[in-house]
Amino acid sequence: MTAAMLDKRMSAAEIVGQLSDGMTLGIGGWGPRRKPMALVREILRSDVKDLTVVAYGGADVGMLCAAGKVRKLVFAFVSLDAIPLEPWFRKSRESGALEVLELDEGMFQWGLKAAAFGLPFLPTRVGLGTDLAELGGLKTVQSPYDDGETLIAMPALKLDAALIHVNRSDWRGNVQVFGPDAYYDEWFAKAAAKAYVSCEELVDRMEDHYPGDAQYNLFERCFVSGVVEMPGGAHPSSMPPHYGWDMKAFKTYADSARDPGDWAQVADRFVGASEAEYLESIGGKEAVAALPLPIF
Amino acid sequence: MSDITLVDLCIVACSEAFRGNGEIVATGVGPVPRLAAGLAKLTHTPELMMTDGEAYLVEQPVPLGPRKYDDRKPAGHLPFSRFFDSAVWSGRRHAMVTPTQLDRFGQINLSYMGGTYDKPKTQMLGVRGFPGNTIYHPNSFFFPAHGPRVFVPQVDMISGVGYNPAKRVPGGNYAAVDLRTIVTNLCVMDFGGPDNAIRVVSLHPGVTFDEVQAATGFALVCADNVTETPLPTSEALEVIASLDPHNIRASVLKDNPPARKAA
Repeated sequence: MTAAMLDKRMSAAEIVGQLSDGMTLGIGGWGPRRKPMALVREILRSDVKDLTVVAYGGADVGMLCAAGKVRKLVFAFVSLDAIPLEPWFRKSRESGALEVLELDEGMFQWGLKAAAFGLPFLPTRVGLGTDLAELGGLKTVQSPYDDGETLIAMPALKLDAALIHVNRSDWRGNVQVFGPDAYYDEWFAKAAAKAYVSCEELVDRMEDHYPGDAQYNLFERCFVSGVVEMPGGAHPSSMPPHYGWDMKAFKTYADSARDPGDWAQVADRFVGASEAEYLESIGGKEAVAALPLPIF
Repeated sequence: MSDITLVDLCIVACSEAFRGNGEIVATGVGPVPRLAAGLAKLTHTPELMMTDGEAYLVEQPVPLGPRKYDDRKPAGHLPFSRFFDSAVWSGRRHAMVTPTQLDRFGQINLSYMGGTYDKPKTQMLGVRGFPGNTIYHPNSFFFPAHGPRVFVPQVDMISGVGYNPAKRVPGGNYAAVDLRTIVTNLCVMDFGGPDNAIRVVSLHPGVTFDEVQAATGFALVCADNVTETPLPTSEALEVIASLDPHNIRASVLKDNPPARKAA
């Protein structure tokens, strides 16, 4: 492989162009944190539909549901933290529009790990004694050893593609991930046939710029199929240490689920015709960079 | 005691759930459980571990509400990316939470109410981590408004493991199911009745067992030696105030009543 072949730079539109109707799409981040929102907005500007979305959900899930892009949702929660229940998700659920697989947060990451390792399932106690197994069609296995324990077989959550927003990447997909918690981004990347990464900062060769930060390389570049620089690309979710979430924007978005309650009327405001237009409408990437980190 | 509030009494009662728990992660979700965990750590159970509400382990509980971001002093790191390995699936955690419903078996619901799995009448949070929490580590509960819509005969969607024999898949390991304490605005209960039936162990000042029973959608057991829930000590009140400088706890219970119920 020549050096030129290792240039994985793409535009957001080219990344979304790799997605097709009916795909299973994993989205990194957690609730209102570290969401690849710029790439989600690019999906919302596209014709892609009938997606199975696998996510620790926030506004990414809410928007894709509101826009009718989601056929099936695999989730443990869909939340904006200070707004505990994502209102557009709630609307979709209560209309009966979604097929769902509801999972516990822990068994969810276990399913990503099964997919990452190419296993059909991984065993767990989680789900026993609750309605999850029956409602989700999860089956049990019995330990072949002396204990004979009955366990839930958590099926692999195989992803056709995953979208992840990171702090830094180079052209080859050497990422660096900062902030207090990377959640399960590593496993979204490894569970996916192809993972696409947007980043706050893109450099040509990581080793020439930030060699001292190599321990923040959360997953290796063999798991990265494409990279795009999108500063402010997690907005309105948080991207520590660069910026906090935009709770004002989340509130406006949440309120719009009640009034007017029609995505077609508000999509322009929350998606925009292009990412440049969207960023301009919220005051530019400088305004995003100025959002304070949240306090818990 | 006229100036002692019921919410402070509840915080102290909740903190008792963490007494002597050892080196485990004490998680209190919501102002009262979080203050209770902090109070436990700063008074009777200093060995407790807890997070700053995000990803770092702290030895000094983080106060509620606005403050400088960098006030937190991390002593360790426990991000969600390690949470199941280190705390939940290892059983090294005791969580105190507020589900939407709880039934006579201690089964909880926070997923949806009414309708069906495919078309719920009211979508709620989702099961979050509760199926795993309840099969792997101890759990306790706080309810700010004890009533028959919270304490129901049977929850709509079983999101957490309880003591219902009919839900136990044969051959499963339920050894770590450990539901401990329920604190409400009326009383303190545990699961110490016959077959883990929910039992009232102390009544808050001025509350009767009959009032508690009338506010509960299933039959309760009354402990033989039911007591009055103790009032907070002045030391406890000081610690609580230091952890809640903006008095966020004053908005938890309706009308922020005094500790003793008016006759």
